[in-house]
Amino acid sequence: MAHKIIPIGPYHPLQEEPEFFKLHVDGETVVDIDIELGYNHRLIEKIAESKNFDQVAFLVERICGICSTSHPFAYVNAIDDLIGVQAPERALYIRTIIGELERIHSHFLWLGLAGHFLGYNTVWMWAWRYREPVLDIFERVAGNRQNYAMMKPGGVRRDMFEEDFSWIKKTLKDLIPKVDMFKGAVMDDPVIHARTEGVGVLTREDVHQYSVIGPTARASGVAKDIRKDDPYAAYDKVEWKVITYEGGDVYSKAVVRILELYESINIILQCLDKMPKGPIDSGIKDIPPGEGIGRHEAPRGEVIHYVMSDGGNSPSRHKIRAPSYMNIASNKKAVIGETISDAAIILAAVDPCYCCTERMAVVDYKTGKKLMDGQDLIRLSQEKTERLRGRHNMPPLH
Amino acid sequence: MKRETIIENIKVRSGKDLLEFTDKSKNRIYFTINKTILTQIAKYLFNEEKARFSTASGVDTRKAVEILYHFSIDEIGLIVTLRVILDKLDIDKDSLKAGFQKGLEIDSLTPLMKCAEWIEMEMHEMLGVNFKGHPNLKHLLLKDDWPEGNYPLRRDNI
Repeated sequence: MAHKIIPIGPYHPLQEEPEFFKLHVDGETVVDIDIELGYNHRLIEKIAESKNFDQVAFLVERICGICSTSHPFAYVNAIDDLIGVQAPERALYIRTIIGELERIHSHFLWLGLAGHFLGYNTVWMWAWRYREPVLDIFERVAGNRQNYAMMKPGGVRRDMFEEDFSWIKKTLKDLIPKVDMFKGAVMDDPVIHARTEGVGVLTREDVHQYSVIGPTARASGVAKDIRKDDPYAAYDKVEWKVITYEGGDVYSKAVVRILELYESINIILQCLDKMPKGPIDSGIKDIPPGEGIGRHEAPRGEVIHYVMSDGGNSPSRHKIRAPSYMNIASNKKAVIGETISDAAIILAAVDPCYCCTERMAVVDYKTGKKLMDGQDLIRLSQEKTERLRGRHNMPPLH
Repeated sequence: MKRETIIENIKVRSGKDLLEFTDKSKNRIYFTINKTILTQIAKYLFNEEKARFSTASGVDTRKAVEILYHFSIDEIGLIVTLRVILDKLDIDKDSLKAGFQKGLEIDSLTPLMKCAEWIEMEMHEMLGVNFKGHPNLKHLLLKDDWPEGNYPLRRDNI
């Protein structure tokens, strides 16, 4: 059969997870997908062996630009597990707040891009605008909008000031009506339903077989969340619930992420109220020989770090696994049988790196001639939305 | 309760092939097992206990390559780590650069669970471990024309 191959990728040097999808298409339908990785492989695991334990926290913070505290969070959990030490209570609350703020801004980022792919550019602009106040909170707390450098084995590096709390609470409470707006925009729009419902479905069995995690798994009705299952930091000291949704399609993934925004705001508000006064660092001096495993539920799912120490100054082995490593592999299941115009949103639904998907191109398999590029594919996706809006007697978006 | 059942079941199923058991903490347990029974124990955890395969860590300890398979039992927040030690059998100066070493071979878990595919490809290229029965043992992270017999995470030459 004369299949055509659509290469998506290979990479954007600024993004954290460049990957290369080759879509094999027969007409409009995707029949197979090859996924290639490694375009931005920096062998951070090897570099970690040449840094001391304190420096590694900064090193792993540079793995990902969007969820930059996920890796340090999992790493300090691993060191705390290795030594068998518990950080002071105040530090646990601060860690939780940083982790949840990051989830909010990361989910907003995803929401904006998903809107853009579907042709809802207003959603894109709104989502990114409402992400700004979260970054402002980071700037006030950590001094940086990204790469906060808050995590440290045995505690946190910087304290939070009580006089900021009322401003942080107000900023977060102001976000709730905006999240309501997004919830309405997604759940009440018949065209978004038509574009995303039943598209790119992952069943419970697929979730198990591919061991996918995070919102990708929770959208298939699998209530797996490390914050609840293996509680760390202050997640067992506050009231919150794991969001799940049946369906496993792109729509469910969007709903799970939107509803998680409420939970994250809720967790931070409780942490600010309950945070006790006291030290923020347990003052670890030496790391004994041994091994530790640390986990953190990042915005995209479980991050796991395995650290082995031989009693020296730096890790003798440091294994890192990011959530997209498991989630992207499941695209093989989700995208086959769907159409090209849905491919962009399906591949985006697991929340991988977007710049990669923006570099898509359709190339004729035989001649190697470029037929379409990333802009064309996004246009294709947006045109499909417009057609559906026409069918629902709604005014065009553009 | 489930934690004790899993420990007991793995101990019974491994028998004399269980080399060491470490009860590190409430949510972390480690089993060192013979490589011959890895598939059997993994099958028990993945199929019967419905454990989630988190990842595997390959460690070069100079005399051997250790592979740690981390399974997550999410209902109780437990990580069960299966450690397999692959001795470098023909370790001498000439064979170091020759690529694969005889001992570094183990059955692939990919036929049992698809999620093991990438991590086994990664350990194959980074540590030179041969996974028998893997359907697609090519490069994952390194480029395709990476010089053969060069393994970035191996410590033979230090």
